[in-house]
Amino acid sequence: MKKLKSNFVNMVLVLSGIAIFAAFTLASVYSLTKKSIDNSRQNKQKEAIQAVLPAHDHFDSIPVEMNNGVETTKVYKAYDKNNLLVGAAVESSSNNGYKGHIDIIVGFNKDGIIINYSVLDQHETLGLGARMVDWFKTNKGKQNIRGKNASTANLNVSKDGGEIDAITAATITSRAFLFAVRNAYFEFKSNIIEPESELVIKTDSMQANQNDSTSTLNKIEMKGQNK
Amino acid sequence: MKDSASKVLLNGLMKENPIFVLILGICPTLATTTSALNGMCMGLATLFVLFGSNVAVSIVKNFIPDKVRIPAYIVVIATFVSVVEMLIHAYYPVIYESLGIFIPLIVVNCIVLGRAEAFAAKNTVFRSALDGLGMGLGFTFALTLLGTLRELLGTGKVFGNVIFPENYGALIFVLAPGAFIVLGYLIAIMNKLRKRTV
Repeated sequence: MKKLKSNFVNMVLVLSGIAIFAAFTLASVYSLTKKSIDNSRQNKQKEAIQAVLPAHDHFDSIPVEMNNGVETTKVYKAYDKNNLLVGAAVESSSNNGYKGHIDIIVGFNKDGIIINYSVLDQHETLGLGARMVDWFKTNKGKQNIRGKNASTANLNVSKDGGEIDAITAATITSRAFLFAVRNAYFEFKSNIIEPESELVIKTDSMQANQNDSTSTLNKIEMKGQNK
Repeated sequence: MKDSASKVLLNGLMKENPIFVLILGICPTLATTTSALNGMCMGLATLFVLFGSNVAVSIVKNFIPDKVRIPAYIVVIATFVSVVEMLIHAYYPVIYESLGIFIPLIVVNCIVLGRAEAFAAKNTVFRSALDGLGMGLGFTFALTLLGTLRELLGTGKVFGNVIFPENYGALIFVLAPGAFIVLGYLIAIMNKLRKRTV
């Protein structure tokens, strides 16, 4: 069979035909895989929450959502058999990773001690920043954040005067990660340790500096001064 | 004169290996081969796309006017890549985690377009399928080898199994410069081997 001639009608018809066919293929594969993609996302989230919480009986499946204008933070409270609060898992994020957005979930017991964390979404460099997935869990030097009391520990990289060792050759990632951890603790504190007094401060700082990415930092500082 | 079917298949593995001989598609090669598993998965994903696009292009080659053949091929390839991405995301979420951002890059991997243009557009469906398979296997082989060496030299592991303690690994092999160094040595070794056999 001879090749079709490159005239205008042929070109338009063929390209449109191929595009329509491609669209149909993609649409059908999308609808086929959508369910398991959503499932795997949800499972991942659920497993992450389970993994970071202290020993518990059940947790809120619908979180308390907080939005400071830049980041959304979700707090999942966990209870024991007698419905007493044992701690919470806080989903928190930072936009200052080396390659953008980092989404983590941190578990605290009711005293604010970090039980565990899990990285939900990140695009950091493989072999460097991506090592945050287990770097801050490893008992080596000063890199472990588990067991630290988030209310007293200085959760900054040691370069910035904190007490946590940054990932080798990935300080930016480490800063972003620890920022998200501090942010998570901030929301944990405002929701669980002192829910009432927080409301006042929160509205103040929201009005003052709503869209600035430093607003969370400001809030943490204000919080500290207030205490 | 045409090569026999088996020759077409083996072509991609050794004589015209996409990485070691044609040196096509280096971007994803260097970026994804930080570990043996990543390299292998990237290779397999590319294998699937290469096979699919070669077959599809050779089927429709006569309906495509010459002037719009490149956009047409790109649409075909992009469709296959998106399908692969969705399938991996749905059924192998762990692999999707580590390869996520590189899978869409297969679209612009020149080995895929290169084979569509250089081979599939001129050959029968069967031979194009063999070529896609051979090239894909050659690509997978090269990426797995590169990933294994980099993982071993950088972290002391192969497919996550510890060979020697991580402290003795040279981090640079996991980073971009290590990729160039290892690839350079591999190409040199392959050239030597090829000269001997020819």
